[in-house]
Amino acid sequence: MEPTIYASLDDVTLSFGEHVILKNCNLKIVRGAITCIVGLSGAGKSTILRLLDGLIEPSSGHVYVDGHDLCHTPERDLVELRQKTSLAFQFAALLDSLTIGENVGLPLREHTALPDEKIQHIVDDALESVGLRHVYDSLPNELSGGMLKRAGFARAIVTRPELVLYDEPTTGLDPIVTNLITDTILRLREKLGGTAVVISHDLHSIFRMADYVAMLFEGAIIAYGPREEIRTSTNPFVQQFLTGSEVGPIPV
Amino acid sequence: MRILERFGEQTIAFLEYLGGMMALIGESIRSLVHAQIRYAETFVQAYELGIGSLLIVLLTSLFTGMVISLESAQQAVQFGIGSLVGGAVTYTSVRELGPMLTAVVVAGRVGSAIAAEIGSMVVTEQIDALRSMGLSPVRFLVVPRLLALAIMLPLLTVFADIISILGGMWIAQAYAHINPASFISSARQAVGFEDVVKGLLKALIFACIIAFVGCYQGLSTRGGAAGVGRATTSAVVISIILIFGTNFVMSYLLFGGH
Ligand SMILES: Nc1ncnc2c1ncn2[C@@H]1O[C@H](COP(=O)(O)OP(=O)(O)O)[C@@H](O)[C@H]1O
Ligand SMILES: [Mg+2]
Repeated sequence: MEPTIYASLDDVTLSFGEHVILKNCNLKIVRGAITCIVGLSGAGKSTILRLLDGLIEPSSGHVYVDGHDLCHTPERDLVELRQKTSLAFQFAALLDSLTIGENVGLPLREHTALPDEKIQHIVDDALESVGLRHVYDSLPNELSGGMLKRAGFARAIVTRPELVLYDEPTTGLDPIVTNLITDTILRLREKLGGTAVVISHDLHSIFRMADYVAMLFEGAIIAYGPREEIRTSTNPFVQQFLTGSEVGPIPV
Repeated sequence: MRILERFGEQTIAFLEYLGGMMALIGESIRSLVHAQIRYAETFVQAYELGIGSLLIVLLTSLFTGMVISLESAQQAVQFGIGSLVGGAVTYTSVRELGPMLTAVVVAGRVGSAIAAEIGSMVVTEQIDALRSMGLSPVRFLVVPRLLALAIMLPLLTVFADIISILGGMWIAQAYAHINPASFISSARQAVGFEDVVKGLLKALIFACIIAFVGCYQGLSTRGGAAGVGRATTSAVVISIILIFGTNFVMSYLLFGGH
């Protein structure tokens, strides 16, 4: 069966001033699958997630999510579209004036008419599903980096979005927490049944969770395919990235 | 050529600033009209900025009232018009210095804090997180701060006016032996209720300037911690300049007739 496409970048070019970040970039995100994006630091991976969440607009080209063109859509309509998509930020980006519980419950309190007890219940559930307990009343600055990230995931999934975007969920964490987070992403995908895009540098966790892998280099996706295809790819760029060699077409 | 080019660039930057500011004001008004107001947050902001600014506002206006009284009393007694001192102090306090000094103090204390808080939220992606959740940073952050300032700045100005007049009255008596009764009757003759209202109208406009400039500088923060510092400084500088300029224009429009 041909996989269906949930979201895509269509010939996207994006520049900040003179600086061209993405150049005629094409990427398809398969519905119901986990797509991992790999690439060097500063390649524009986070930028792709921000495009998919409608936070920024491409200089040219189109971004589609669930059949909607996000470009040239007024901010008011984007508000609705964004509720189908959640972005789990690299450093969680929780509001530091609110407790963890208030942070995670925020989208529900603002967008639904659910009663407080019901929201509290859903929030507890979401925190539980990322393996966090007894943090409901903590402030973000009282948590470690790994706990913050997981609280960020809880906020991202609390509205049961169709597409979850994870920005470097495991970067800078110890191997045990990395595994925990990889498990969490897999479990959440099962629970929500949705689509996920994960940026990661961690090859071990990529090959554990990815259905598809895309490699970004110099502003474009230069390799894309199912996990096994990428693992065994003879593409010299992919080879060099996977082996971490200094010798190869990617300049060090 | 070079100079023209630079002039052009700065004109464009200025127009961009103006456009951005207009968009911010427009969205805030839309939020207000649709009554999308977070009352609890507004109350917290108002309480904090009111309590936090009260002492410094009282001190600056006390000394200001005292110094106006000192200067005018010495002169007035020499010319035998000591009975006019109360009017001079009250007139300048209510119409000019009360609203302006309070606004300048609050711009330094609160405008800078708003820019720093929102700026650090930009740098740590908290603003993007709000937008990502489909929440408007204007409704969420700007409107409560705008309302808090619009309520508290006129209130602080009332306190400033009163304490400045009391300070002036004290000095007038201590140095020029002008008794409080004659001070007050002179004050009543010089200043009417409408002057007080006009002074408070100034305070309301200054509150909008401080809130919009602070929020705008915060929201347009770029480039990490250093950017937050720049946003904070520029928020204070820009709002103080705008307050002085607006004060002149408003004095001309409100009081120019007489
Ligand atoms: N708002 C912005 N203004 C200017 N340059 C930016 C902005 N956002 C990102 N960049 C630049 O775009 C490039 C890609 O950034 P990013 O997508 O964060 O990379 P990655 O996530 O792959 O490390 C970087 O060089 C960064 O400096
Ligand atoms: Mg990144």
